[in-house]
Amino acid sequence: MTAIAELAMPLNPGLLVILGGLLVPLMAPALARVYVLALPAAVLGYLHLIPAGEHGALAFMGLDLQMLRVDKLSVVFGTIFLIALFLGNLYAWHERDRMQRTAAQIYAGAAIGAALVGDLVSLFVFWELTAIASVVLIWAAGTDRAYRAGMRYLIVQVGSGVILLAGILFHVHGTGSIAFGNIGLESPGGALILIAFGVKCAFPLLHNWLQDAYPEATVTGTVILSAFTTKLAVYALARSFAGTEMLIWIGAIMTAFPIFYAVIENDLRRVLAYSLNNQLGFMVVGVGIGTEMALNGTAAHAFSHILYKALLFMAMGAVLFRTGTCKGSELGGLYKTMPWTTGFCIVGAASISAFPLFSGFISKSMILTAAAGEGHFVVWGVLLFASAGVFHHSGIKVPFFAFFAHDSGRRPKEAPWNMLLAMAATSALCIGIGIWPEPLYAMLPFPVDFVPYTAAHVFTQLQLLLFAALAFTFLMRTGLYPPELRSTNLDTDVVYRKLLPWLTLGVGRSIDASWTRLTSGSIALLSLAIDGAARNFGPNGLVGRTVRVGNGVAWVAALLLVVLVVGYAAG
Amino acid sequence: MAQHSSSPPPGEKPRWLDEPRNVTKVVWALVAVCALLFLSDLVYEKHPVFKVEYLFGFYAIYGFVGSVGLVLAAKWLRKILMRDEDYYDRDR
Repeated sequence: MTAIAELAMPLNPGLLVILGGLLVPLMAPALARVYVLALPAAVLGYLHLIPAGEHGALAFMGLDLQMLRVDKLSVVFGTIFLIALFLGNLYAWHERDRMQRTAAQIYAGAAIGAALVGDLVSLFVFWELTAIASVVLIWAAGTDRAYRAGMRYLIVQVGSGVILLAGILFHVHGTGSIAFGNIGLESPGGALILIAFGVKCAFPLLHNWLQDAYPEATVTGTVILSAFTTKLAVYALARSFAGTEMLIWIGAIMTAFPIFYAVIENDLRRVLAYSLNNQLGFMVVGVGIGTEMALNGTAAHAFSHILYKALLFMAMGAVLFRTGTCKGSELGGLYKTMPWTTGFCIVGAASISAFPLFSGFISKSMILTAAAGEGHFVVWGVLLFASAGVFHHSGIKVPFFAFFAHDSGRRPKEAPWNMLLAMAATSALCIGIGIWPEPLYAMLPFPVDFVPYTAAHVFTQLQLLLFAALAFTFLMRTGLYPPELRSTNLDTDVVYRKLLPWLTLGVGRSIDASWTRLTSGSIALLSLAIDGAARNFGPNGLVGRTVRVGNGVAWVAALLLVVLVVGYAAG
Repeated sequence: MAQHSSSPPPGEKPRWLDEPRNVTKVVWALVAVCALLFLSDLVYEKHPVFKVEYLFGFYAIYGFVGSVGLVLAAKWLRKILMRDEDYYDRDR
């Protein structure tokens, strides 16, 4: 046992977070809330003390596990995951639910662990653990909707793990290696592994678990959920499928189609889930292009995205916490009593929209520049369109319909201090990265040769964004803008929430009907036979009837006569 | 649909944005900024990669047309995609 422990040293920081998280249920809430701030902070320090390289090589049941790989790509993701966990825990300071607090640490620890392992088998274990731990954050909402959404989420997430396992088996069988490195589509099992990553990364048509489940989770749970699962998938793609051209197109589609849904969606946390999907698209494009600049862009964008997306979910969570709803149709005018939340939401909105001086600007522009530099004209055009589109729904729609628009008459209290503090810290990071990107650039996997603040970048971006704002104003003033309506919009989940149940029920019902027809037909036939027998052989039947002796003699005489006639005729 | 569709509850001090005239001022300020930005194409040094970027005010036009197109297309999509809020719940 000690030998194994020594071999596994230094311990994977993700494992430390998981083990640390297991202590949370033993603590009183007053202690636990401080502890879960100290835990990620301490592990972050630890992560940056581990020397770069491969550690924790373990031979286990004939497999060469690599429990810890510290390189630039894994450290940048590990770092942002730990920062996100810290901020999410601060935001959830008031939460008294031990289950949720424990699950959040284990979930985050699993994602951090997965980002820092060097072999596919360990990746699989952490991959599944993220699914199982995170569903608690959805179920904790306690509603029937959340229970069902969580169940669907769990099936999809565990399914992704099962596909990953199948892919790994093919891969190991074909190559003999379980290294979690460059895999590519051509290698054995590569396609299955890509699909597994794609499910978690919410590729088009595989995406709908995200918009289905995240908005049903608890106020604090959604903030945690938004950070890890999908970005772990982006990391895995960057690790194993960099330069896979198909990903450029998949990513481009991902940036574009969710924004149409985001425009017409009423639940503002669901709008954010659609825009999360759209932002993942930019990262996937970066992976697909696969140049140093593009991969730097992907890593940088994941870093800034986790922060501003958490910030936006925090702001909408605060609105939900105070008003009990997150529907655009029922909100408006909240800036009057929630001015700080409004301000922080606007910082998040400016960051996701990539306004100069905000974090999105210094990361997204790398991906766009990389796409243009490689001559991907159509993709570049789609990304530009999606950039304007994301400003439209996340940048304008979310803050506008929640905090401004028509006055809903609601006068909720400002968010609790811990939520405000978490939002303030996240806002500070969003602006800090935007103004001073060099520390982030220094963490990226490759040397950065990119200057975000050129006159051309700033002016073209401002033109794009402010004219998008002008378009919004024009549509609002002319009444062309679609109003916020209480509604459900059909997405791919209609396949498994309506079509498949309908088909299954249909098949079941027709089997049921045929069976009923078969059995009732047979019963009718049988009863006909029984009735006939009863009629003829029953007490009053022709055959079974008791007859008097005289009649009996007459019958015998008649029979004898018949025999006589037949005998005579035959003779 | 703008900020002035309902008045604040009695006893509450009206805010600057509650006044429709002020909202209009904000709109005109945005228009002015956009006009200036459009003209800024004369000033800064372009580094175009694609030919289309040589078009005067390309990013502005693309942003505006793209956004209007996005919203109108999404509005039209509602006809196909929109269902009642309890669409998935009512079978239960």
